[in-house]
Amino acid sequence: MRSNTQASARVETPDTAVVRGPGDVEVWLSVNGAAHRLAIEPRVSLLDALRDRLELTGTKKGCNQGACGACTVWVDGERVLSCLTLAIACERREVRTIEGLADGQTLHPMQAAFIARDAFQCGYCTPGQIMSAVALLKEGHAKDDSDIREWMSGNLCRCAAYPHIRSAIRDVRDGKTGD
Amino acid sequence: MRPISYSRVADVGTAVGTVTADPASAFLAGGTTQVDLLRIYVEQPRRLVDINDLPLRDIEELPNRGLRIGALARMNEVAEHPSVIDRSPLVSQALLLGASPQLRNMASIGGNLLQRTRCTYFRDVSTACNKRTPGTGCAAMDGVNRGHAVLGTSDQCIATHPSDLAVALVALDADVIAEGQRGRRSIPVHEFFLPPEDTPDIEHPLDHGELIVDVEVPPAPDGSTSLYLKVRDRESYEFALASVAVALRVEGGMVVEVRLALGGVATVPWRARRAERMLTGQPATTENFAAAAREELAPAVARGMNGFKIELACRTIVRALETVAPDGAR
Ligand SMILES: Cc1cc2nc3c(=O)[nH]c(=O)nc-3n(C[C@H](O)[C@H](O)[C@H](O)COP(=O)(O)OP(=O)(O)OC[C@H]3O[C@@H](n4cnc5c(N)ncnc54)[C@H](O)[C@@H]3O)c2cc1C
Ligand code: SF4
Ligand code: FES
Ligand code: FES
Repeated sequence: MRSNTQASARVETPDTAVVRGPGDVEVWLSVNGAAHRLAIEPRVSLLDALRDRLELTGTKKGCNQGACGACTVWVDGERVLSCLTLAIACERREVRTIEGLADGQTLHPMQAAFIARDAFQCGYCTPGQIMSAVALLKEGHAKDDSDIREWMSGNLCRCAAYPHIRSAIRDVRDGKTGD
Repeated sequence: MRPISYSRVADVGTAVGTVTADPASAFLAGGTTQVDLLRIYVEQPRRLVDINDLPLRDIEELPNRGLRIGALARMNEVAEHPSVIDRSPLVSQALLLGASPQLRNMASIGGNLLQRTRCTYFRDVSTACNKRTPGTGCAAMDGVNRGHAVLGTSDQCIATHPSDLAVALVALDADVIAEGQRGRRSIPVHEFFLPPEDTPDIEHPLDHGELIVDVEVPPAPDGSTSLYLKVRDRESYEFALASVAVALRVEGGMVVEVRLALGGVATVPWRARRAERMLTGQPATTENFAAAAREELAPAVARGMNGFKIELACRTIVRALETVAPDGAR
């Protein structure tokens, strides 16, 4: 086991201009409210740290170069691309992934709406779509369909489930529960 | 990706000192260019110096109705800041038409100005590229160059400058404020971006370790209307094929003042001074807009697949001018 879970999200890290790496260094990450101690090289992306070290494989790797949005997570509450984020640069920040969205066994309303609206086919882009969609509503960027289209454009879907994704987002925006 | 070491700095002096002292180091801001190019071996720093804790994120109003934007302010937060929307709508529009919401949450203003070209050969270390490896040649010259530049090219490099923000800043005569070992200096943005000529690897005048601290944006000319118009292969999340930043003031049907800059078609964010000169003092008509556009593109050089950009740039200029002209011009 490379990771070490603790109950508290409080994280202490060095913050002077010391040189860390290039070999394994100790990195504390706070993910979905739990603190993890990792031994990783500074070059490891947040995406790889989540998937390969913390076994949080909900976050997907599509392009690994910022072009698809499959790897979307939140850092300090804002949606970002975990493939272009270094894990070590996330110390003292709060990371949230698709695994941290549901409330226990109760799905987040956006997750439920994606199911109700059939908003995916293969499902590969879906965790990124959902992390983006929840952020989109919080940002206030879902005023109308063209607003949704533009502010969801950072999440590509090979299966082109776009119309259903927009339906799901509208449902949650308008407070309709899935049927 | 090559192994790297990592440092985090909390003040500007340490940031400048650390990178200046270590030739193999580079600043890390949002990482959307840096981590990408490190992963594909195009950039090879051995050490990243994370500057995200530096206090360079403020957006301030200046007494001249301009703005001072901190180098670490993020594209989205700048674009949606009330002062920027009010005083510099051109900057706001150019930012919102770039990249994606996630990238704009990460990407900083300083990093945006220093992003590298999207030329596919530059990004592929198995090919010849004078910008990446000086003296090796240019695979784009006779290659797939549909996206490449028609203005400001040299026989060494025809790579397009990718930034939208920079096009708006060039139209507005902004200044880049940088701090290095020799102190603080202000660089007019039109001198900041260097055309390829014989040294396509040298893109800007900053020393190694010199840090952009902020960008000062003067207001658009009094009484002008401005617009950033971007034409691309898909509606969103795509770089420009051609883009235009314009600020136009018309009185009694005559062009009193015009600022015009082009993106997507040139090796640097391109100030269209030939067109500006030709339009100033002339009637604001579609005919004159088209003549000025042709004048600006007269020195354009097409190679292989990018000839369409000459006509596209002309039409984009005309469309932008018509959109901001009172009554849409005639
Ligand atoms: C898929 C994709 C699509 C994109 N589309 C667009 C688009 O349509 N329009 C557009 O304009 N851009 C676009 N971009 C580019 C994006 O805007 C830039 O990558 C981003 O602005 C860079 O900022 P950053 O903070 O992430 O910089 P980083 O990646 O951290 O740094 C970039 C470079 O600047 C240096 N640097 C950073 N900050 C400073 C500073 N303050 N002083 C000195 N040096 C510094 C770094 O050392 C590095 O060399 C796109 C990028 C991607 C990946
Ligand atoms: S156009 Fe410039 S960046 Fe592209 S291959 Fe040629 S030299 Fe390299
Ligand atoms: S995997 Fe990160 S954007 Fe595609
Ligand atoms: S559901 Fe298959 S990629 Fe979106």
